[in-house]
Amino acid sequence: MGYLARQLGGRTDPAPDAGWEEPPSRKGFFTDTSICIGCKACEVACKEWNALPLDGLELSGNSYDNTGGLGASTWRHVAFVEQSQDRIEAARESGRRLVDLGMPSVGAPSAAPGGSLPDRAGSPQEGAGGGQNLPKNGMPAGYGTLPAPPEDHGPSLGDLLTEKDAVENGAHGTTVDGTPMVGPLPEFRWLMASDVCKHCTHAGCLDVCPTGALFRSEHGTVVVQADICNGCGYCVGACPFGVIERRTDSAASVRADGHVPNVGVAQKCTLCYDRLQHDQRPACAQTCPTTSIRFGEREEMVAAARERVVQLHEQGFTEARLYGANEDDGVGGTGSVFLLLDEPEVYGLPPDPVCATSKLAEMFRMAGWAGTGLLAAAAAAFLGGRR
Amino acid sequence: MTTSPFDSYRPPEEGRRRRRRSGVRGAVSGAVSDAAQGVADRAGRGTSWLNRDGGGRREAPAVPDAEFSSYYGRGVIKPVPWDYKIPAYLFVGGVAAGSGLIATGAAATGRELLRRNSRLTAMAGVAVSGAFLVADLGRPERFLNMMRTVKLTSPMSVGTWILSGFAAFSGVTTATEVARLVPHPEHGPLGVIARLLDAVDAPAAVGQAFFAPPLAAYTAVLLSDTVAPVWFESRRELPFVFVGSAALASSGVQMVLTPTSQTGPVRRFALLGVATELVAMHRLEEHLEELELDEPVRTGEAGAKLRLAKVLTIAGGLGTLLAGRSRAVAVASGLALAGASALTRFGMVEAGIESAKDPRFTVGPQKRRLEERRAAGTVHDSTVTVR
Ligand code: SF4
Ligand code: SF4
Ligand code: SF4
Repeated sequence: MGYLARQLGGRTDPAPDAGWEEPPSRKGFFTDTSICIGCKACEVACKEWNALPLDGLELSGNSYDNTGGLGASTWRHVAFVEQSQDRIEAARESGRRLVDLGMPSVGAPSAAPGGSLPDRAGSPQEGAGGGQNLPKNGMPAGYGTLPAPPEDHGPSLGDLLTEKDAVENGAHGTTVDGTPMVGPLPEFRWLMASDVCKHCTHAGCLDVCPTGALFRSEHGTVVVQADICNGCGYCVGACPFGVIERRTDSAASVRADGHVPNVGVAQKCTLCYDRLQHDQRPACAQTCPTTSIRFGEREEMVAAARERVVQLHEQGFTEARLYGANEDDGVGGTGSVFLLLDEPEVYGLPPDPVCATSKLAEMFRMAGWAGTGLLAAAAAAFLGGRR
Repeated sequence: MTTSPFDSYRPPEEGRRRRRRSGVRGAVSGAVSDAAQGVADRAGRGTSWLNRDGGGRREAPAVPDAEFSSYYGRGVIKPVPWDYKIPAYLFVGGVAAGSGLIATGAAATGRELLRRNSRLTAMAGVAVSGAFLVADLGRPERFLNMMRTVKLTSPMSVGTWILSGFAAFSGVTTATEVARLVPHPEHGPLGVIARLLDAVDAPAAVGQAFFAPPLAAYTAVLLSDTVAPVWFESRRELPFVFVGSAALASSGVQMVLTPTSQTGPVRRFALLGVATELVAMHRLEEHLEELELDEPVRTGEAGAKLRLAKVLTIAGGLGTLLAGRSRAVAVASGLALAGASALTRFGMVEAGIESAKDPRFTVGPQKRRLEERRAAGTVHDSTVTVR
C-alpha cells in the first residue's frame, strides 16, 4: 500500500508512517480480563503517577464501579459486570458462535499446548457420548471441579456418582475442542475489565486534531501535548471508543495549591510516555498485582493474548475472545489488546469500531460535488437571468 | 442493578426489580431495561451522566427488546463537547459563503446594491462565525495554534484554512465597498489606496467566489468525520443539505436587505437551494431509517427543529416564487429561509450529539453491520477474534 493510502486505513506500522526513522518496536498492552480481580490498583496508580485531578466522588449503584468510565481525568477504568447463569450461557454461546464462524486467527497459526486441535467446526462431536473421553492434557475442562473426596462432612457418595456420571456423559456440554466439561455453569460471575485508551493504529483522535497537539510517539502510541491543544474538542467526537475527553473546570484539584492543570484541554492515557522514555513500564502495568495488565512489544502482546485464549478455550471457557488484535479491523488493530469473556458491548466497548477518517476520501469527494453544485447553482442563478 | 439470582437475598427495593425473563434474550435485554429503570428511578440524585438523556426512553414501548446489553446504559462513545456556538457558526458561516457567491455574481452582472450588501454580509458573517469558533474552544487564547499546521486528515484544520482564505478575500472586497461608500480625496495616500483596491477588486471577487463553496461544504465533512452515528452515517447526504442550506440562507438574507429589483438571481439561487436541501434531507432521513438511526432526527428537540425547518423551507420557497413583486413578501420569505437554515444546523448538530450519547445508536448499527458481514461470510475484518 502506498504511503498516503496507509495513513487512513488498513494494516500498517504507525510510527514510521508518522515520520519516525528507525523507531523502537511498537508498544502495547495485553489486558487479560479473565484474571482481573477488580482491585483498581491500575486506576489508582495512573491517577497518582499522572497527578490527575478528582473528577467526582459518587456512588453509582453500578456494582463496584463508581468511576463510571474513561474520561479526561480517568485514564484507566475498571468495569464491573455481575452476570447470572443465563447471561454466562449467552456469553458462552456467542463465543462458540465466533469459533464456528471461523474467525480469523491473529498472527502465526495456532500450535496449542495440548497437541493438535480437533476440528472445531462441529461442536458436540466426539466427547459428547463417549464415556472414556478424557481431555488431551489430562486436565478436566470447564467450570467447577469434581467434588472433594468425602472427609468428615464431604459430599455424599450419591452426589459424587451423579456428578461423575454427568461429566462422563457430557451432560455439562463440551469445550470448543469437544472435551467434556466437568461442572455446571456457575450461577453467578463477575466480569472485571480494566479499560484504557486503545492507542489505535488509525487513531481518529489524532487524525482530526487541527493543532497537531495529538501526535504519534516513536513507540506507536498516541499522546496529547497539553500545551499545544486549544481545546477544540474535535478529537472527543472522533474516538470510536469514547476515550479522550476535554477536562472541565468541575475537576477538583488534588494538589496543595488547589490548581487543576489543563482545564479545557483534551486529556487521555499517554501510555506513560514519560516512563517509556526511561525504559520503565507504565504505572498501571507495573502495579497490576495479577498481571492482568501486561505491557510490552505489541507483537508479543498479541502472541500472548492468542496463547491465552487457546488455553481458556481448552479449559472450557468458550466465551473467551480477543478484542483489538486484528489488524484488518476498522481501526487497523489497537495497541491495547484485550481478552474479553463476553460481547464487547457488555463492557461498554463498541462491537465494530471504525475510524471515521477511513472514509475521509469519500466525505471530501461528496463535499467536492456539493461545492461544485453550489458554484454551478450560483452561476445559473445569475447568468440564467441575463438571457 | 444486576440480573443475578443472588439479588433475591437482598432486601427488596421498592418494587423496581421488575425482571423480564424470557430466556437468554429476555435476560440480556432485561439488564438493559433494568439499568434504564434504575436510571429513571435515580433521577434527581444529581448524577448528571446517570439521569442524562433517554434513560426513560429506553423503556419506551416503541423500542422493542434491545438486541444487546450495554454497560449500565452508558454511552459507548463521547459526544463532541460543543454547545450552541458550533451550529450558530455553521449557520453564519453558511450565510457568509453564500453571500460571497452572490457578491461575485452581483459584481459580474453589475447589481451594485446587491453587491455591496452581500459583500458586507459575507464579511460580517465570516467575522461572527470566526468569533463563534474561537469562543467554543476550551482554550480560546490558543486559537492561533490552529495555524501552526496544515493537516489534510483534519477537516477542522482544512476548514480553518478555507475560512481564513475566504476571510482574506472578503476583507479586500469589503474594503473596496467601504472605499466606495466613504468619500475620500482623489489624490494623496487615501486616493492611492482606493485606486489599488479598485485594481484588486476583481481578483478578490474571484477569490471570494472560489473559497465560498468549500466554506459551505466542508462543514458537512467536519461533522461526518466523527463517530457520532447520525453524522458519520450522513456523510453522503450532509454536504448537499449544507450547501443547499447555505444557498437558501444567504439568499434569504439578501432578500431581506436588498430591494426586489436587484434580487432576481438571488431568488433563483434560493429556489435551487430549497430544492437541493429538501431532496438531500429527504434522502438523508431515508438512509438513516434504513440504518434504524432516524430516531435522533425525528424525535426530541432536534426532530422538532428539523420539522420546523422543513416547514419554513417550504414556506420560504413558495414565498420566494411570489416575492418578485412585493418587498414585504420577499422580506418575510427571506426571514423564513434564514430561520430554516439556522434550525437545520441546530437540528443536525443536536441530533448527532444525541446519537452519540445513547449506546443504542452506537451498538445497534454496529452489531447489525457486523451480522450482515458475517452472514455474507466476511469475518476477516472483525475487531473481535478468537484464537
Ligand atoms: S481514537 Fe480513542 S482509543 Fe484510539 S488512540 Fe485516540 S483516544 Fe485512544
Ligand atoms: S481538543 Fe486539542 S487534542 Fe483534541 S483535536 Fe482539538 S486541539 Fe487536538
Ligand atoms: S499507561 Fe500510564 S497513563 Fe496510560 S493508563 Fe497506564 S498509568 Fe495511566
